[in-house]
Amino acid sequence: MERFGVLSAVAAPIVRANVDTDIIIPSREMKSVSKTGLADGLFAGWRYTAIGGREPNPDFVLNQAAYAGSRIILGGENFGCGSSREHAVWALHEYGFRAVIAPSFSPIFFGNCVRNGLAPVRLSLDAVQAIAAWVAVDPAGRPVTIDLPAQRVRAGGSEYAFDIDPESRDMLIEGLDAIDLTLKQRAAISAFHERDRHARPWIYLSKDARVPS
Amino acid sequence: MKPRTLFEKLWSSHVVQELEGGAALLAIDRIFLHERTGSVALKSLKDAGRTVADPARVFCTMDHIVDTHPGRGDDTRMKGGTAFILETRAAALEAGIRLFDVRDPLQGIVHVISPELGIVLPGATVVCPDSHTCTQGAMGAFAWGIGSTEAEHALATGTLRVNRPKTMRVRFEGKLPRGVTAKDLTLALIARYGSAGGNGYAVEYAGSAVRELDIEARLTLCNMATEFSAMTGFIAPDERTFEYLHGRAYAPQGADWDRALAAWRELSSDADAVFDRDIEIDVGTLAPMITWGTSPQHAVAIDAAVPDQASSGANPEAYARALQYMDVAAGVPLQSLAIGAAFIGSCTNSRISDLRRAAAVLRGRKVAAGVRAICVPGSMSVKRQAEAEGLDRVFTAAGFEWRESGCSMCFFAGGESFGARERVVSSTNRNFESRQGPETRTHIASPETVAASAIAGHLADVRALEVA
Ligand code: SF4
Repeated sequence: MERFGVLSAVAAPIVRANVDTDIIIPSREMKSVSKTGLADGLFAGWRYTAIGGREPNPDFVLNQAAYAGSRIILGGENFGCGSSREHAVWALHEYGFRAVIAPSFSPIFFGNCVRNGLAPVRLSLDAVQAIAAWVAVDPAGRPVTIDLPAQRVRAGGSEYAFDIDPESRDMLIEGLDAIDLTLKQRAAISAFHERDRHARPWIYLSKDARVPS
Repeated sequence: MKPRTLFEKLWSSHVVQELEGGAALLAIDRIFLHERTGSVALKSLKDAGRTVADPARVFCTMDHIVDTHPGRGDDTRMKGGTAFILETRAAALEAGIRLFDVRDPLQGIVHVISPELGIVLPGATVVCPDSHTCTQGAMGAFAWGIGSTEAEHALATGTLRVNRPKTMRVRFEGKLPRGVTAKDLTLALIARYGSAGGNGYAVEYAGSAVRELDIEARLTLCNMATEFSAMTGFIAPDERTFEYLHGRAYAPQGADWDRALAAWRELSSDADAVFDRDIEIDVGTLAPMITWGTSPQHAVAIDAAVPDQASSGANPEAYARALQYMDVAAGVPLQSLAIGAAFIGSCTNSRISDLRRAAAVLRGRKVAAGVRAICVPGSMSVKRQAEAEGLDRVFTAAGFEWRESGCSMCFFAGGESFGARERVVSSTNRNFESRQGPETRTHIASPETVAASAIAGHLADVRALEVA
């Protein structure tokens, strides 16, 4: 996974509460058993004038020249709520986004971001709105900086500290693959199962004990 | 010993290793997949050259994309949907996991068949790349939704790296008034505390009203913990839970059953356990609920009007957008809104008790002219049971379509929809923009409210009807 260190980029405001994953990537845009080919469908319902169409809606922020090349989203409360579809994060990533700054995230979306190298940054709604207002004056000329190791966001002269759990922070910074990390604990996992098999034998189904269909 | 919450017991019994910052590597007892998101996980697992650690504890169903018209096969109405089905089948076969395939008599919606078959058990950790996995917490399990990459992790290692949530208890106290169901409890909770109210928490539902709920109603209650933004919702198992599970296909048998039962009886919060947050709701004052907007928190009593912005709990922008999208205005009584369609189904409300209650409303009545009404049982087992009881004939005589089981129009799988700007009353869990198809306007409610509305041709109060 690509590492996340310090990012300075154009930030696009979508500061609405409860932007759900159906909005981020409508299910009609998830066309194959694949993690790619999703960028075109990102925010399709808002981004295009007609459902299923591809004519840009000029009112939508990502269609405005000033926000071209955005890599950060400024979001509202409960960002990424709804369906667990990781396609929402894959679509954001493929489009070019590397971070979302919002007051709160749905827990599944948060986890999906971390697993895909997208930094989910929590700042208060006031801070997000202040950053959005500052950016709006000249989006291309006023990039927002996310310094993940320092846990700071900088926008012009203002600096905002944010909290993130150490596990997520380290995974993002080191670009770690969680599976590789966990597989190093094979011994601990086997030891757990050894104990647990005695304590809760009913949890361990045998392959032959399949109900006939 | 310090009193512990049920959540602390569920958590600590699964810790393989503590991680930094209160996170832990947790053992995962059951993994469920479906063809929409599970297929991706199985495919990328294979592409990475990894295998499933313990296939005997992994299950997969075809529920999301699969067609629900009678006589269905692998063809679906979703463009490219058949590929999901074929690839999932091949991947499941190769991985050696139990697949509830399109024509399997046990096929159904993941969160319906898992309890039905005794796959989820009290005290177990259960994950699925699906946000409504919290439904299964109703069995006293620690069950939560994850993404596909995390599912890959769970498949490959039998564990997950999990950040520990805070604990919340929601106590529903009192006796449910007539016409008020588990669906109304969860909508009332979300309306009162907001759709982000549970963010960061694992929520234990408790209280005298919850104890009185049957298992299927408890599943409905826990189903919408994700609409409350909670990591999960769950209920301490009790004698009803054990009775429900006894004899189910994957539930423990014989001596294992007795040992399990002894362990399960310990699964409750200690009397003096402290929760990070404790909420009490008096259910005696509640009414059947209905949503008016585009978030589950936009819910009011069925006999109320669309609230004004100040009392709506929504900020001005979200409020304006919701009104516009739903084509409603402040002060308009919900019951004055004419509907074009009615839907009974989904992992929230498609179990046999849901269908019985809806059928009781429909018996001897007809769906209003111009309303398209559909009932989709949550599993093939539910469907067979309903047919054995003659419920299918009640639905069809009233004018409902009677389908094969699956998620169907709970969400728009790309092929089938109610139509743009159609007003739909639905027993599902999400009234998001375009959730049930491009530009559909969804009002969520209990199955009996859906049935009463289908008959009336507008949103309706089931309490006004004589129900046998
Ligand atoms: S019925 Fe609806 S909410 Fe439930 S699993 Fe299927 S699509 Fe998701």
